[in-house]
Amino acid sequence: MSANVICRNPSRREFLQGASALGGLVLAVGYSGVLRAVEPQKKYGADAMEHGWVDNPLVFVAIQPDGTVSILCHRSEMGQGVRTGLPMIVADELEADWTRVRVIQAPGDELRYGNQDTDGSRSTRHFFMPMRRCGAAARQMLESAAAARWQVPVTDVRAQNGEILHVPTGRRLGFGALAKEAAALPLPAPDTIKLKSPAQFRYIGTGKLKLIDAADIVTGKAQYGMDTRLPGMLYAVIARPPVMGGKLASFDATLAQKVPGVIKIVTIDSTPGAPKSHPLGGVAVIARNTWAAMQGRKALKVIWEDGPHKSYDSVEYRATLEASARKPGLVVRNDGDFDAAAAGAAKRITAEYYLPHLAHASMEPPAASARIVNGKCEVWGCFQGPQLARDDVAERLKMKVEDVTVNVTLLGGAFGRKSMPDFGTEAALLSQAMDGKPVKVVWTREDDLHHDYYHTVSFEHLEAGVDAAGLPVAWLHRTVAPPIGSTFNSDAKQEGNGELGMGCINVPFAIPNVRIENPAAVAHTRIGWFRSVSNIPHAFAVQSFVGELAAAAGRDGKDYLLELIGPARQISPQKLSDSWNHGESPELYPVDTGRLRVVVDLAAKQAKWGRPLPKGSGLGIAAHYSFVTYVAVVVEVAVSTAGELSIPSVDIAVDCGATVNPDRVRSQMQGACVMGISAALSGAITFAEGRAQQDNFHQYTVLRMPAAPREIRVHIVPGDFGMPMGGVGEPGVPPVLPALCNAIFAAVGKRIRELPIGDQLKA
Amino acid sequence: MTKLTINGKPHDIDLPADTPLLWVLRDELGLTGTKFGCGMALCGACTVEIDGAVVRACVTPISTLAGKHIVTIEAMSGDAIGKAMQAAWIELGVPQCGYCQSGQIMSATALLKKNPKPTDADIDAAMAGNICRCGTYTRIRAAIKQVAGEQGASP
Repeated sequence: MSANVICRNPSRREFLQGASALGGLVLAVGYSGVLRAVEPQKKYGADAMEHGWVDNPLVFVAIQPDGTVSILCHRSEMGQGVRTGLPMIVADELEADWTRVRVIQAPGDELRYGNQDTDGSRSTRHFFMPMRRCGAAARQMLESAAAARWQVPVTDVRAQNGEILHVPTGRRLGFGALAKEAAALPLPAPDTIKLKSPAQFRYIGTGKLKLIDAADIVTGKAQYGMDTRLPGMLYAVIARPPVMGGKLASFDATLAQKVPGVIKIVTIDSTPGAPKSHPLGGVAVIARNTWAAMQGRKALKVIWEDGPHKSYDSVEYRATLEASARKPGLVVRNDGDFDAAAAGAAKRITAEYYLPHLAHASMEPPAASARIVNGKCEVWGCFQGPQLARDDVAERLKMKVEDVTVNVTLLGGAFGRKSMPDFGTEAALLSQAMDGKPVKVVWTREDDLHHDYYHTVSFEHLEAGVDAAGLPVAWLHRTVAPPIGSTFNSDAKQEGNGELGMGCINVPFAIPNVRIENPAAVAHTRIGWFRSVSNIPHAFAVQSFVGELAAAAGRDGKDYLLELIGPARQISPQKLSDSWNHGESPELYPVDTGRLRVVVDLAAKQAKWGRPLPKGSGLGIAAHYSFVTYVAVVVEVAVSTAGELSIPSVDIAVDCGATVNPDRVRSQMQGACVMGISAALSGAITFAEGRAQQDNFHQYTVLRMPAAPREIRVHIVPGDFGMPMGGVGEPGVPPVLPALCNAIFAAVGKRIRELPIGDQLKA
Repeated sequence: MTKLTINGKPHDIDLPADTPLLWVLRDELGLTGTKFGCGMALCGACTVEIDGAVVRACVTPISTLAGKHIVTIEAMSGDAIGKAMQAAWIELGVPQCGYCQSGQIMSATALLKKNPKPTDADIDAAMAGNICRCGTYTRIRAAIKQVAGEQGASP
């Protein structure tokens, strides 16, 4: 323990043992395990997440004698800016000088840091208040220490940009000079913590701070999972069963062993049952460097036993989904009487939409390193959920969890893929096979595309009965897609609450008769979370269908959408049969159609909706509510007579409540536009004989600069720090795809009902 | 033994001649700023400069590089345009995850060296080989234009 810092270095593992001696510490630890024990009612938000939240400054803040403030970031950085955003919140309340702030990445240890599973667009909305309290408590301890040193009332001192000021005399002391005394003080009781008023924020919401990692990134110093280097490190690539549920039948490594640089060939057992987050098994080639390992793998002769999913074929499967979507399925929402209303409607309109599997294809393929020293395993990797990585390694290596350390590097993109730490367990197993020597497992792009936890494939059937004015009085949506649940339970065939609540059952339209059904679908590959998840197919189907209904009614797309949303009102998610509500409180987070209307109007206004455009050009609009955030998008397209599509501009309007780092909200929205357009234009993973058919970026094509929108204008609805925040990382994506296809319809009259668009405009 | 000159320093590399430069940089020399993204010259994450030309290190065997001058992202701060590009990248908040950005900066720097005032079409052509999955393309374009403007303003 170092006496000259406000708390023990958070990376030192003896801290937990020491914690019990600190008395007051326990009072400030608010993780949900404690809360649940005393309060049995349902929890929401961060309280409901595994291991909840922690707001203890002794855990998150350390001040060196020279005044350097180290702030710990316990969530994973994958491009969303969390390593700037969360520490910025602490620094602001602490009155730290940002130029003297260092950000330290926490290892996986949720008991200590609270929930670390960086997904669901949750980091800022769940940790804004805990991080504020954390910074404010540390500030108050420093102020108390200064008051004691000067023997003046604490009300006469104030923290100011890394110093404590004695207001009456103008005397000052740096944080560094006070850290030791401050650390010896008890933590302020929760009800004595004084937060700033938003008007006092110097960093939060101001957009003044640059990314904490930008300088390292542009100079090549930034360290990703792929970049870990350890003394004596070996490198591995793995031949994995190409079909889910398959396993190794036999192999011949004679030639592989002759490849220069190859050191050892090791088998990894497949895990029976649902895939979960476990390694797929296979044959690993361990070598002096990555290239030698790759060459060794090429030289392997492997025979696989493919198992029950060996005939998975995307063409056949599409037909299966289509047939299911045309028959009644499990009713998951039923307002009024769809059948009667539809029978009595002036007109019935039906449309069906198909969306294929997608691969995340983060620019950094999965990569992790591990070594075992004295019976303890240390892992480094690009993990979205380092606690799961730690638990998995401990379980598979039969170690105690406390004997496994998982260090989180920067993530070179993740988009949901790296919430599954199968690659970390692989590294640990191979280190074990090499007597604890450090081993890095490198996934090639081919590995990444062949063994992803894919975005689901889905078929969406929509029917509406419309009145004489063309407005729906009856709405039926059948969604069919193999669920993420199948990755954990092979019998799961229905979309879960979390999937249905992603813009399917919770459509907030002013329609009296609504029936939502979910026919079953069997998964034949690993299904996972892809940025915005089931919102993608649901929003695509719903917002494309709205465009179709508007066209059928001869109405303007934006006006029709607003009329369908109806008047501004707050709807309880429970009224929409949504028991999930992104894990948030239905009282704090009702579905607010007024906010949805605002973003529709804002995007339309900024895009100059209704402006005259040349032949072959068009504007399309779509709006979607997800991750408790409201987004609307207007896309402008131009389609040449040859069917070449270009996208001059996109306007995206977002209401996510107040924003901590508005520039990162803008960058996430810009990125969402690119990712959504990429998926719509060319994103597809297809299967034949159980195997993913795309090997690399020549077959799984993603958006490049020439085809990207030339301009993406982001419009942020100003928020109030007193109101609940929404998510940012994901909710931009879902409305982009239907807005694009609505624009194509406006431009050339071609309705896209199947993604990707591919060559459909060239027919 | 292959003799390579990387960022001005000579190296003797004892690896098979078909080994791609990328893995020599990353695994043997610890220059991990040059990234692995595809292994097939499809994504541009491994872009380096060799004798002034943009090259994908993942498909460039070291046997072809004897006597050539290899420059990686780690040396870009010593290059006037490279340094300006890095500064613009920070100022405009270009990176998201940042993994592809070494390659983007290498391609952008090479573009401005050949063509100090690129049009949008020139930028598209020069940058088409560099994928950014986070979608930073509009900011990359803005940063290139900003540096081109600066370079023009103070020749």
